[in-house]
Amino acid sequence: MNDRQVDALVAAAGDGVDCDGLRVAETPDGYRFETPGGAAEGLDEPALRDVAAENPWFVSNWYYWRELDRPAVETAFLRWLEGADDRSVPDRYEALAEGIEASWGELAVEVTLGDDGHRTYAVRHADDADRPVEELAVHTDPLDARELVKYDDRGRYRPLKTAPTLQTGWAFVDLDGRSLVRAVDVVYPATVTNWHLERQGELDVSHWRETMERQTGIYGVIRTWDRGEGYEHVNWVAEACCDDSQCLKRREWEYDDDTDLDVDGGDGAFPCREPCSLVVAAARQWTKLEGEQPQTYEFELTPSEKEQIEDIIDAVADGEAGEIREADVYEGANRYRARFLRAKRFDGDGRLDGVSTDQSR
Amino acid sequence: MQSLVIVAHGSHLNPDASTPTYEHADTIRDAGVFDEVRTAFWKEEPSFREALRTVQAEEVYVVPLFISEGYFTEQVIPRELRLEEWDDDAWESDGTSATHATLEATDVGKTVHYCGPVGTHDAMSDVIVRRAETVTDDPGVGEGVGLAVVGHGTERNENSAKAIEYHADRIAERDRFDEVKALFMDEDPEVDDVTDFFDSDDIVVVPLFVADGYHTQEDIPEDMGLTDDYRTGWETPAAVDGHDVWYAGAVGTEPLMADVVLERAAEAGADVGDAVEAVRRRTRVAGTDTEAGTGAGD
Ligand code: SF4
Repeated sequence: MNDRQVDALVAAAGDGVDCDGLRVAETPDGYRFETPGGAAEGLDEPALRDVAAENPWFVSNWYYWRELDRPAVETAFLRWLEGADDRSVPDRYEALAEGIEASWGELAVEVTLGDDGHRTYAVRHADDADRPVEELAVHTDPLDARELVKYDDRGRYRPLKTAPTLQTGWAFVDLDGRSLVRAVDVVYPATVTNWHLERQGELDVSHWRETMERQTGIYGVIRTWDRGEGYEHVNWVAEACCDDSQCLKRREWEYDDDTDLDVDGGDGAFPCREPCSLVVAAARQWTKLEGEQPQTYEFELTPSEKEQIEDIIDAVADGEAGEIREADVYEGANRYRARFLRAKRFDGDGRLDGVSTDQSR
Repeated sequence: MQSLVIVAHGSHLNPDASTPTYEHADTIRDAGVFDEVRTAFWKEEPSFREALRTVQAEEVYVVPLFISEGYFTEQVIPRELRLEEWDDDAWESDGTSATHATLEATDVGKTVHYCGPVGTHDAMSDVIVRRAETVTDDPGVGEGVGLAVVGHGTERNENSAKAIEYHADRIAERDRFDEVKALFMDEDPEVDDVTDFFDSDDIVVVPLFVADGYHTQEDIPEDMGLTDDYRTGWETPAAVDGHDVWYAGAVGTEPLMADVVLERAAEAGADVGDAVEAVRRRTRVAGTDTEAGTGAGD
């Protein structure tokens, strides 16, 4: 706490101060200063200054949160990070001295105390939480995150920013609250804003039906996929794309206002308020593919071959095909195993068991 | 308080699609005349749908980093930004003359000055010329040189061809290049036959695209015969049918594009101070004092 903060407290007392258990007011009998630990009344200004000096945490905490031009969404997020609504000031200050950790998607945010109650923020990938900062590429400009979020650890482009594939090996340090929120917003755009709207009960969710009905151009076709025959297809979309293993947003959109999907929306900290552009683009392709009628095919497969096909689909769907070791021929999705199956079961035109795709021919 | 939001297409597949948008946003941010400079994308995040809620200002200038008026600028963007009062006449445009319209974004209650696309702004002619200077590394390029401005044809969007022709005509009127031609990807005169349309030995080819991608880095170089296989790259200039072809890549990557974005916002009422001059100075081809084109006062 410093003199400027005490001056500010004295100046604010006339209008009343009420922040995290600190209450200060000017009454006809003098100043009143109250914390959960007790109250002092009938104080003149020097006495108010004295009692303020005895409670530096409460005063500097009030001072930090009174910053006037901080947008409400930023205040709400920063306070949530340090658990300001749940923990008392002394409890929090003790924790802040060690550093309070909070998680946001794959981000680990650390809040620490700077001078006079000022907070300092740092953010890195949760997987790097225990690595010494010297091992990480250190940044201070939030906009640097634009490049970091473009590629995953394997160097592949990330078209969906909330996919759980954020690259590791970096840290943003020495951020003030504004810069922290900016950095988070670059990594996971609009998530803080939508989280805040949700907390205020004002999140505007656009469900599947209305979102697809809004589409035009090449995406206009998607609305024909909804035939009033149920919403199972949308369950499949949500299971394919929106599962926590694929996207860290918590899906809040449903089939329509009256019809919830049967698939769980996930446990993410921040909500998804409408099908994203990736889902819309994929839905266009599925609309085309799902317009086909099923046909009956006859294949000969050994039981192990049937299971191998299932293994391959699982490995691709779970993104694990690349991790199966070269010589691990015990895995159905192993490359040699797949090549063997192809050599045995495909004809010269790449058809399974020589069966023509179009059964009408 | 005033904010600028640059809206662009972006891509699910191409990591570089957003790069020019970010770079122009940075240039304008550094000029310091907007309280916030943000970007939003059709295919990336933040989406058009969610960008406005992340800006603080009640007054937002939205500039589309698109080449022509059409489907995106007239249907998709106004719809996704929830500019409910928008209709096709809001810009009162003949296809290349849109300036701006002031509307309310109904989900956030903010005032949106929705600007015409950068591609049809007069200053875009200067960017095309600047692009020619950059690729030839010659701030005085023009004499003895032919300039081809390349775009999609009318097939996808009638206004797209109009924008190409508009700038080709404007640049031709300046008498700086010996010849100036508008060429197209999917109709005559076709870019495939680029050397047929020029007498000049040197031909500078500037595609009017926002970002480099499939068309500018694969299609056009192969179609013009700069290379048989885009993956092996090409020379600049490349010898084609006895001409030297200087292929510039997407005009949208030229730093001077930031100037067009600023001018759009300024014409819609944004207070940009002397940022237009500052950006023009900063993005100039190194080592030159001449200005791009004739329309640019310093
Ligand atoms: S629609 Fe699904 S995949 Fe897309 S952002 Fe929302 S939850 Fe994630």
